[in-house]
Amino acid sequence: MTSSQESKKEFANAKLYTSVHNIDLEEFYSSGHRTCQGCESALVMRDFVKAAGPRTVVTGATGCMYVANTSYMTTPWVVPWMHTQLGGGGPSAIGMAAGLRALMRKGKIKDEKINVINFSGDLGGGDMGLGGVSEALMTDYDLLVIIYDNESAANTDIQATNLTPYGAQTTFSPTGPARRIMHSKWKKNLAAMMAVGHPNCKYVATACATWPPMDYMNKVKKALTAGGPTLIHTLDPCPKGWDYHPRYSGELGQLAIKSGLFPLYEIVNGEVRYTYDARKQKRVPVREYLEKQGRFTHFINEDYELFQSKVDEMWNNWEVPGVAPLKGILKVAD
Amino acid sequence: MVAQMKQDKIYESEELGSGTDGVAQAVRLADVDVFAAYPIRPYTGVMDRLAKFIADGKFDAEYIVADGEHGQFEIGKHASSVGARAFVGSSGTGWLYAMEALAATATDRLPVVALVGNRALDDPGAFGVEHNDALLVRDLGWMVVWVSTAQEALDTTLIAYRVAEDPAVQMPCAVAMDGGYLTHSEHMMKVPTKEAVSRFLPRYDLGKRVMHPDNPVSIAPQINEDWCMEIRRQNWEAAKRAKGVILKAYKEFNSVFGSNYTNPFFDEHLTEDAETVVIGMGTVAAAAKVAVNRLREKGEKVGFIKLRWFRPFATEELRKALSKAKRVAVIDRDFAHGGPDDGGVLYNEVRSALYESANRPKVVDFIAGLGGREVSIDDVIQMIKTTETSPPSERIHWVGLRERKTEGTGTHVTMRR
Repeated sequence: MTSSQESKKEFANAKLYTSVHNIDLEEFYSSGHRTCQGCESALVMRDFVKAAGPRTVVTGATGCMYVANTSYMTTPWVVPWMHTQLGGGGPSAIGMAAGLRALMRKGKIKDEKINVINFSGDLGGGDMGLGGVSEALMTDYDLLVIIYDNESAANTDIQATNLTPYGAQTTFSPTGPARRIMHSKWKKNLAAMMAVGHPNCKYVATACATWPPMDYMNKVKKALTAGGPTLIHTLDPCPKGWDYHPRYSGELGQLAIKSGLFPLYEIVNGEVRYTYDARKQKRVPVREYLEKQGRFTHFINEDYELFQSKVDEMWNNWEVPGVAPLKGILKVAD
Repeated sequence: MVAQMKQDKIYESEELGSGTDGVAQAVRLADVDVFAAYPIRPYTGVMDRLAKFIADGKFDAEYIVADGEHGQFEIGKHASSVGARAFVGSSGTGWLYAMEALAATATDRLPVVALVGNRALDDPGAFGVEHNDALLVRDLGWMVVWVSTAQEALDTTLIAYRVAEDPAVQMPCAVAMDGGYLTHSEHMMKVPTKEAVSRFLPRYDLGKRVMHPDNPVSIAPQINEDWCMEIRRQNWEAAKRAKGVILKAYKEFNSVFGSNYTNPFFDEHLTEDAETVVIGMGTVAAAAKVAVNRLREKGEKVGFIKLRWFRPFATEELRKALSKAKRVAVIDRDFAHGGPDDGGVLYNEVRSALYESANRPKVVDFIAGLGGREVSIDDVIQMIKTTETSPPSERIHWVGLRERKTEGTGTHVTMRR
């Protein structure tokens, strides 16, 4: 069997899309939001709820996908949606899932499958609310946390987070003659770190809303049928924060993946499956990706070289390439 | 005989239990659907007991040990949003760690009930009681009620759910109790039957605001200046309506359980002809009542008011109860540094309520029992004497402080034992 056949069997209940032509036409995230042109985070919203369908409840943590997304009287959400605090994403999903389970068990509401989804940004879910997301992944509730990562606090004027890439200019990390590189942290390895640390979590994936086609939506479907708590980390090109023309959002997402900078994988019951295997493909030089964005215009050759060496190390030297930065200590023992 | 039969149906048992046991029994009897725990002294006894109820098969609820108080209170808030009855709790600095979720629970108008086992805030560390933790939600749209016995803790928790979930209110409610003095002291309490409780407490129904696929609402979207004032005003009106709902709830509680809560907002002890009235919240009531009794034996016209509900504040009722008093002594188990007249929180609330009173009694403040220090019967007797004899300029008194070499200045006087 090919891996795609295996995947179909494994997620038989997920009703995965096999062609863009059988993606539902009905929208559950519709007009009313005020996100920017070329906003991929908005696409992350639209696609997850389309994949999940109408029997779904959603919480959104504070972030650009709250403030720009859900204005009073013009909500785009066709499913029930509620705000949760910046660091409240994980616990909000626990609260809903626990409440629904108790009410169904006690016969207070109809017993049925209701998807429980929280989305939090890189600041809310990846930094402040990381403990709460961790707590959600420690439970046995059926819930999905989506961390939509546009690599900055995009609502508050593009400030650096721990998921902002090395060297990127943000309002918190400007460049200047005394300090060319202000943000000197390498991006937090979020999805893999969550997959490794949570024994109850059967499904963790990274994704990009636009590429490869259907990949993200099918990952949402898998996450919702895996059983127990699950996590998807999406990389969302952001024209405003990354400083590029909105028409290039799709292309930038593709380049992030094809350069190997953003590894695309799913971890199913502890097994790593690359959904784009950057080991086997000829990787596009990272410079091609970086040079298309205004936030890296201050880079000099040594910055590009550092980036490339980090990416190469990730795919060539890590024990689990692109996923876990461990280098086989146990093998060395004898 | 009929009364006896009725009694049998109302109560299932009588047991020796702490204040936290009282709340735990009420949470079980209220058929709470979700509760979330995180450890901090001294409130935790309630979660220990609830967990044991689950382990013993006596209680059916989803039980989550959270990752911190912020997460714990977010869990409670969102469980409540899908229509599940939720319970949480904390103490001191833990309650403050949850503060963001506390504020949002109130502005979302979700009727979560929480226990606050009052504890001094850090730093420096102290396990003992101080009321500042619970008082910090006083302006946010939480109802706050102090209890002083295990029975009152049990009864009030049931009442708290009833009032909080009332469609006219839909506000969260904090049941506060003195850390140590009530969380860890045991009293006899009568535990009602589930049947009797279900006669008093209807099913929780969030109505049109419930998060369920059959009811696709968007809750708490971004409003900005367009709608913020109107929404704040709705919350304000709900808080105003709460008093009427509380009155009704106690009346029905009395009729179902045969209890004798005459005034929900405060208990009056020998106040009718009292010239000096002491006001306090929580377990200080025990010492205060004995102090009043002793002075009454000597023919002194003194009384005591144990304030139960701090939010909503019983302004009219207090004005009426103090309409004949010449002097009021307020016991503040809290601090409010740099506030009006440098008095405590309760002092300024009481004084503000009395501003519109035809009879404006002298109001004297006693900062006492901070960090869990005992407030003794003699302390209260001394407070009453100080209230009667101190010049009007000396309004704020710290009770039982250690001697120090440099004297206090201005209106701040130290009462020494």
